[in-house]
Amino acid sequence: MIGGLFIYNHKGEVLISRVYRDDIGLKLDIQIGGVQSKAPGLRNAVDAFRVNVIHARQQVRSPVTNIARTSFFHVKRSNIWLAAVTKQNVNAAMVFEFLYKMCDVMTAYFGKISEENIKNNFVLIYELLDEILDFGYPQNSETGALKTFITQQGIKGQTKEEQSQITSQVTGQIGWRREGIKYRRNELFLDVLESVNLLMSPQGQVLSAHVSGRVVMKSYLSGMPECKFGMNDKIVIDKQGKGGASDDAGKSGKQSIAIDDCTFHQCVRLSKFDSERSISFIPPDGEYELMRYRTTKDIILPFRVIPLVREVGRTKLEVKVVIKSNFKPSLLAQKIEVRIPTPLNTSGVQVICMKGKAKYKASENAIVWKIKRMAGMKESQISAEIELLPTNDKKKWARPPISMNFEVPFAPSGLKVRYLKVFESKLNYSDHDVIKWVRYIGRSGIYETRC
Amino acid sequence: IHNLKYFKRTCGEIFELKAELNSDKKEKKKEAVKKVIASMTVGKDVSALFPDVVNCMQTDNLELKKLVYLYLMNYAKSQPDMAIMAVNTFVKDCEDPNPLIRALAVRTMGCIRVDKITEYLCEPLRKCLKDEDPYVRKTAAVCVAKLHDINAQLVEDQGFLDTLKDLISDSNPMVVANAVAALSEIAESHPNSNLLDLNPQSINKLLTALNECTEWGQIFILDCLANYTPRDDRESQSICERVTPRLSHANSAVVLSAVKVLMKFMEMLPKDLDYYGTLLKKLAPPLVTLLSAEPELQYVALRNINLIVQKRPEILKHEMKVFFVKYNDPIYVKLEKLDIMIRLASQANIAQVLAELKEYATEVDVDFVRKAVRAIGRCAIKVEQSAERCVSTLLDLIQTKVNYVVQEAIVVIKDIFRKYPNKYESVIATLCENLDSLDEPEARAAMIWIVGEYAERIDNADELLESFLEGFHDESTQVQLQLLTAIVKLFLKKPTETQELVQQVLSLATQDSDNPDLRDRGYIYWRLLSTDPVAAKEVVLAEKPLISEETDLIEPTLLEELICHIGTLASVYHKPPSAFVEGSRGVQHKRLPARAGSGESAESPDTVSTGGVSEAPPAVIPSQGDLLGDLLNLDLTPPTTTGPPPPTSSMQMGAMDLLGGGLDSLVGVLSNTMGASFGAPPAVMPGSFNAPVSGGLSDLFDLGGGVGMPMGAYVPPKTVWLPAMKAKGLEISGTFARRSGVVQMEMTLTNKAMSVMGDFAIQFNRNSFGLAPAGPLQVLTPFTPNQSIEVTLPLNTVGPVMKMEPLNNLQVFYFRY
Repeated sequence: MIGGLFIYNHKGEVLISRVYRDDIGLKLDIQIGGVQSKAPGLRNAVDAFRVNVIHARQQVRSPVTNIARTSFFHVKRSNIWLAAVTKQNVNAAMVFEFLYKMCDVMTAYFGKISEENIKNNFVLIYELLDEILDFGYPQNSETGALKTFITQQGIKGQTKEEQSQITSQVTGQIGWRREGIKYRRNELFLDVLESVNLLMSPQGQVLSAHVSGRVVMKSYLSGMPECKFGMNDKIVIDKQGKGGASDDAGKSGKQSIAIDDCTFHQCVRLSKFDSERSISFIPPDGEYELMRYRTTKDIILPFRVIPLVREVGRTKLEVKVVIKSNFKPSLLAQKIEVRIPTPLNTSGVQVICMKGKAKYKASENAIVWKIKRMAGMKESQISAEIELLPTNDKKKWARPPISMNFEVPFAPSGLKVRYLKVFESKLNYSDHDVIKWVRYIGRSGIYETRC
Repeated sequence: IHNLKYFKRTCGEIFELKAELNSDKKEKKKEAVKKVIASMTVGKDVSALFPDVVNCMQTDNLELKKLVYLYLMNYAKSQPDMAIMAVNTFVKDCEDPNPLIRALAVRTMGCIRVDKITEYLCEPLRKCLKDEDPYVRKTAAVCVAKLHDINAQLVEDQGFLDTLKDLISDSNPMVVANAVAALSEIAESHPNSNLLDLNPQSINKLLTALNECTEWGQIFILDCLANYTPRDDRESQSICERVTPRLSHANSAVVLSAVKVLMKFMEMLPKDLDYYGTLLKKLAPPLVTLLSAEPELQYVALRNINLIVQKRPEILKHEMKVFFVKYNDPIYVKLEKLDIMIRLASQANIAQVLAELKEYATEVDVDFVRKAVRAIGRCAIKVEQSAERCVSTLLDLIQTKVNYVVQEAIVVIKDIFRKYPNKYESVIATLCENLDSLDEPEARAAMIWIVGEYAERIDNADELLESFLEGFHDESTQVQLQLLTAIVKLFLKKPTETQELVQQVLSLATQDSDNPDLRDRGYIYWRLLSTDPVAAKEVVLAEKPLISEETDLIEPTLLEELICHIGTLASVYHKPPSAFVEGSRGVQHKRLPARAGSGESAESPDTVSTGGVSEAPPAVIPSQGDLLGDLLNLDLTPPTTTGPPPPTSSMQMGAMDLLGGGLDSLVGVLSNTMGASFGAPPAVMPGSFNAPVSGGLSDLFDLGGGVGMPMGAYVPPKTVWLPAMKAKGLEISGTFARRSGVVQMEMTLTNKAMSVMGDFAIQFNRNSFGLAPAGPLQVLTPFTPNQSIEVTLPLNTVGPVMKMEPLNNLQVFYFRY
């Protein structure tokens, strides 16, 4: 299991160090300036990571590093390094999941993970690390539960009932929700957030395309409500269609989508999904991610990019890019940005675009073309002349792909929420009393066209 | 609160802190403890404040208490006597009405590794294991593992293991999960204890808890389930059915651990079973989904998929596209994806794959581009129909004249020649044009091989080879060996014009070289040529076995073991745990269960050693009096051939597979010192010892540098040669390495005895490599207790050589090209 956890700043100085197991002391030939520490082994482990990873000259080649039979796992958030250290054959996936979770928990407590925030909250971080990792084994790390008893305010005032409520929540079956939540207005918000990914060849052939979507829910519901979520999942719709009930006939005509795979928040009863494909759960309070899914079939690609690059002699390039929007004319796409890479030896660029603004950004080696809004079934074009400095460099320009960013008010996968039912038998509100909001946002993920 | 101030302190403030710690004001005390913790974090020694900090322990302020505990965990070991002062408070806290405080006390106490404290821990722990509150019980469960780590005997004597076993039936799922985790860890250090005692009833309990506990708990339980061997295929199927829902969990580690259980139990299902097919289909989507996780997890997932694809290619054979590299992927993800793309390449998708690879070959990152070029070559070897297109793609790439692309392309073209002899010789002219730009040994060696192999068709082959000969002594060993072989081949093909050349190279190799490999090979050729030219021709120009794409596969027994370790570090490194875990933990080998009805009963525990290769602890030890004398039997004779054949090499493993025992590690090192690595097919392994000499030889010629040879000298990690128990407290671990051309023995000596040691000396037994120390062993004395020293002993190979049968597997390496 995890032997220790360290947090470093970008210089490699240790901000947090928590050791869970003695075995991680290293015997290395690393000299640490004259100071003899009481725990030389540990300091060596700390330094080994700094020397071999943070200060390493080249780019990081692997998120797992083995130095003198000690394994270091690291993730980086802005310029902060989080490193987990172990000497055993640990579950590597778990260690990374834990490090991400650790970041989530810290963000939930004090916002952005930065050197200043970590230094300001080091006592809290140690307290959290003591709670969520015991002898290197991850324990309950749901922020909702943690916030009930790790507060930095002391827990003197608690009654016995409160204490046992905390412990039963931390260890219980429903570790993500506490009892006795009350709202005057029961309300929930469902966001279907999709990121559509595309890799297209210069000739317009789709090399790969997929949508990775998330259903994010904000729930403000009283008590311990039982929820059931339904969407136009092909398997479910087909099953109902087979039932042959007369009023289902209309429904089965509705479009359904084939979901390649989905994963759920731990509140969802997975065995029930496996057997009946129904999504039922008791939701956490506040915002959380209910599910993630992936589709690859019948994706609506909101934009098509048609590039044309022509090399005119050795010192000039002509680039023409057409973008076409491919959705209902009544809908508007926003925040459209097309990024056209330019060679490193570019000396000057002239651009003309029909719509929006385009600029050559020398520092990013790209022409950035921005359009605020664009309706469906429209087309726009940019053309640019790129002057190049003559070079002796034999190496060819790699021609990175043209990438695009945008936001559209529909789900490119075609996913539709059919219902979200809420049942709370103990309290006097019914499904009809809950105010529900649904919103669809499709964003570009990695949306690239090779040129 | 602004805690930044805590960090901005200089040394010499200990005194000030002391005063603050002893202040009457609570707030001031707390602030002072925070400052102490801050200093501790940045590595300052604040152990002098121990008594003052411990005095702050008795407080009702939980935050302060936690800080003091944190301090205690760090320094108790260095101040064992004073740590006793804390015991009373701990014992009292274990009785506190607040379950959070009870748990905190038992959790912290387990982290203080001081014997005297441990004694006092037993009673509170016993109570906490039966506490009414689940939070305390789940903490106590982990505490048993902590205590076991400090004093295993105590845990057994006190009967904690039985209590822990009882907790598996606890009503609270988190208690169950932690108990499982603790038991699994304890069981690892007692391989044969049957501690976990998994049976259908306990498995059922675990499966029930699986549905209810936290994501982490699910991982503990799944990892534990993976150690179980079902009794028959029906039980196996029913467990699989209950585990499959986990594939939809948001936590990737849960998914991977579930995949591990399924991959393992699937082995037992009959292949014609409908369920078997269903299960195969169910595995693909979650594996693909893992690729949309964060990059670090993608990396772990890809390393595992690499194994899964080798074990069961059918699962992902239609998913090639998801492994296409994205421009923004981190380099480690790119390289792994590339590896999997090659594994999935088939006739059906080869066109797409080639188009992608060509795209990658124009990228920026040198390693990635090289691997992409190499991948094109591997596609050619793997999918025969595509060979022609691959070769023309490679020629296109050579035209780019980008230096490292050209070199890489030449290396793979050599492999293509090995696979399809006499088919693509038309490209040789193009290759020869680039002769001058080759500066890497591997590319030079490949080019020389090509020239030698096709000498009869290259008009100026003698000129080309002669041009290399000018700087013979500056070339790397790999190139020298290859050049020697190539010129001998040339001579055998065109004896009239090249007599002078061959004499020149033979004298360079035998008389002017310090390299034993080169010398030996030179002499062999010389004798062959002078005694029987016809035999020489038969040997040197014998038809070579074709290479196949299998060369980069992981050896099957290792693959099976790694499949049992899906999700863990072993699966990331592609090495068995014993290769990187110290002590007893990693030693047991796991293996897949046998398919139902295959005769091998499922009773065999999963701890059967699959290594088989001589596991006798080797030792190279200095003599200190008569005590150590017996331990010094450094036996470097080769393993007997009775064991199963050693694993064939693979790209991932390089020489690693052969590291089963210390002898093998020596072999591994020496092979590196010879400038090449194990590219030999199983035919040259012990199985064929008795093959006639010439047959054995012909197999061996030209095998250097098959597909995907690992580069650079590999140094195996140190292993314990002499455990302290056997040598009155002297522990020696070590390895052999070759640094800047000198073979060295690197050792870490640790004095675990109570007294000072001195008078070290070393002596080598006669061994088959002629290894002998090149200088005296220098150990800094006095060597005080608990000290450990790094010692490096340069070696040479001029010692007495142990005589052996003329051609055993070790000497075979001398003849490889």
